[in-house]
Amino acid sequence: MSRTRFTRRLPAAVAVAGLALAAAACGGESTNSAETATQATAAALNPNADLTKQSLAVTVWDGYTPEELQAMVKKELKIKELTVTLHETNEVAMTKLTAGGDHGIDVAFVSGQYAQALNEQGLLEPIHPELIPNLANLYPEATQLSYDKGNKYSVPYTWGTTGICYRSDLVKKKPTSWNDLLKPPAWADKKVTLMTTERWLALPALKSLGFSVNTDKDEEIAKVKEVLLAAKPHLLAFDDTTFGDKLISGEALMVEAWDGWCPTTHEKQNIEFKVPKEGSDLWVDTMVIMKSSKNKEAAHAFINYILNPEVHRWAAENINYKVPNKAAMEKVKIAPGSLLGIKPAELLNGESIIDLGQASTKFTRLSSEITAS
Amino acid sequence: MSPSRGRRLGAFVFLSPGLTYLIVLLLVPLAMVLSYTVFQRGRFGGVVYEFTTENFSRLFDPLYLSVVVESLKLAGLATLIALLVGYPTAYLITRLPGRWKTVALVMIVLPFWTNFIIRVYAWIILLNGEGLINSGLEAIGLGPYELLYNQGAIVTGLVYSYLPLMVLPLYATIEKLDPQLREASANLGASGFTTFRKVTLPLTLPGVMTGSLFVFVPSLGNFVIPEMLGGGKSAMVGNLIRKEFLSARDWPFGSTLALALIAALLVLLVVQAWVARRA
Repeated sequence: MSRTRFTRRLPAAVAVAGLALAAAACGGESTNSAETATQATAAALNPNADLTKQSLAVTVWDGYTPEELQAMVKKELKIKELTVTLHETNEVAMTKLTAGGDHGIDVAFVSGQYAQALNEQGLLEPIHPELIPNLANLYPEATQLSYDKGNKYSVPYTWGTTGICYRSDLVKKKPTSWNDLLKPPAWADKKVTLMTTERWLALPALKSLGFSVNTDKDEEIAKVKEVLLAAKPHLLAFDDTTFGDKLISGEALMVEAWDGWCPTTHEKQNIEFKVPKEGSDLWVDTMVIMKSSKNKEAAHAFINYILNPEVHRWAAENINYKVPNKAAMEKVKIAPGSLLGIKPAELLNGESIIDLGQASTKFTRLSSEITAS
Repeated sequence: MSPSRGRRLGAFVFLSPGLTYLIVLLLVPLAMVLSYTVFQRGRFGGVVYEFTTENFSRLFDPLYLSVVVESLKLAGLATLIALLVGYPTAYLITRLPGRWKTVALVMIVLPFWTNFIIRVYAWIILLNGEGLINSGLEAIGLGPYELLYNQGAIVTGLVYSYLPLMVLPLYATIEKLDPQLREASANLGASGFTTFRKVTLPLTLPGVMTGSLFVFVPSLGNFVIPEMLGGGKSAMVGNLIRKEFLSARDWPFGSTLALALIAALLVLLVVQAWVARRA
């Protein structure tokens, strides 16, 4: 018994890593292809294409679209088939979409800065607005997102910001500044959390120092490191998945949180959300169409269908993320205290996170340095 | 068909599923991991096939060395505690009457039937500031203590998760030990402790090595426990590798870290084989 156990255990770590690699084995050369922007026009699409001959493959985060989406889309658009594959994180989606070989994905849901990066690699089909009349449902603000002004290659699906989520019944003073997390007062010592994902780990310190969330300057990142190292002994934990639970249980009093993840409408506990005065980010999750897609008309029809207010409101009502769709938001009942009430203009005050290319390794190193210290 | 050819065919038929599995899912990916170590990072993950030795020189960066040392410390401590707890447990089980032995062994393996994440999460519920242990202590006027989100919690989680892997091989070797050897030792006037030190322990050393290896190896590569019970405040090699692959999208360096881990574990395997052969 012990022998078989052993042979299974030893390679487990390797096998997991290996599988990820194997998935990409078919070719990695495309990752190095020259940066060809898609501004150059793509082939004209046929607005009268026969959708019954087209199938769609979509990759999206788990739980991010309605479960019945497949049936709904098939019925409404009359396309042959809709396959939904899931990705856990943007990084996994990027691996899928850039590893070369035939990934077969037509439409991908990724965050704005990743859409930007995909576009810089020439992997995205420009959006043909004439095929998506429902673009008119978007808030005017949602067409002015800094990574893609005018929605040239991406269509926003959800958006939000990052702030401090806190127990209003337990805090002695309501937080107003990122420094309330970074230098917590004595009553909150070891009762605050920061996120672990690189860019959001750095966000509170960057903003409290007055730097851009998209900085790639070494001296600024070094200052962020100092602030985070000083903050670490006063943190309960680094957490970007269960901070809401920690607030509900009372283990934590204030946490860095994405608005959609802050349980302000929890039936028992008094939880509120505040965007600190130093400012924050604006994150957008988008839909993009792959240039490699052979079903581009169906892909546009799919995005148009999602932008239908009756469909798009699902996200706001079920996953508690604001959707940049004015017509959809007008249909959503917003409970008192719900963060769905944040106005687009307020969101736009936040700075969009953009892809930093090679400089993103600086943030990875920063995060390793903070955890290893 | 000659009998020997038939036997060879039989061996081939029986071995091929396992062999195919190993070659396709272990050796091929492993070879890929090894080859990536000398190439450069692609912007979105993947590799750019340009030769570099930079990944190896980065290994000796004090930042990563400190993580390695930290991991060795935590995994080593977990192994030691598992051994100190596991040896008496295994020893006692061998002394139980037959039926109870089976019951005891099933109890040891039982936790494996539950999802690993759920078991780790259960520790959060036990240990957190408002958790079961602390509220219990508070009821009798003690605490609260900081039990969670520190290195102690990581070691606790590792010991808990891998203790069965220590007990089982120990049980197997202690069970095999001829009781007459202990009797002979006692007859010759050795005290219980001397018998343990001079007879039982040396003869069960291979079990000690195997069990320790089973605990040490997965502990070293674990990334869930440091994240969940350690509150993400300390990193182990497993966390580093995961980060390089998933968030830093630096496959070549992730591969190099994985290679270093494999190399270290191979050394341990050789030591274990050597001890097993000598015993």
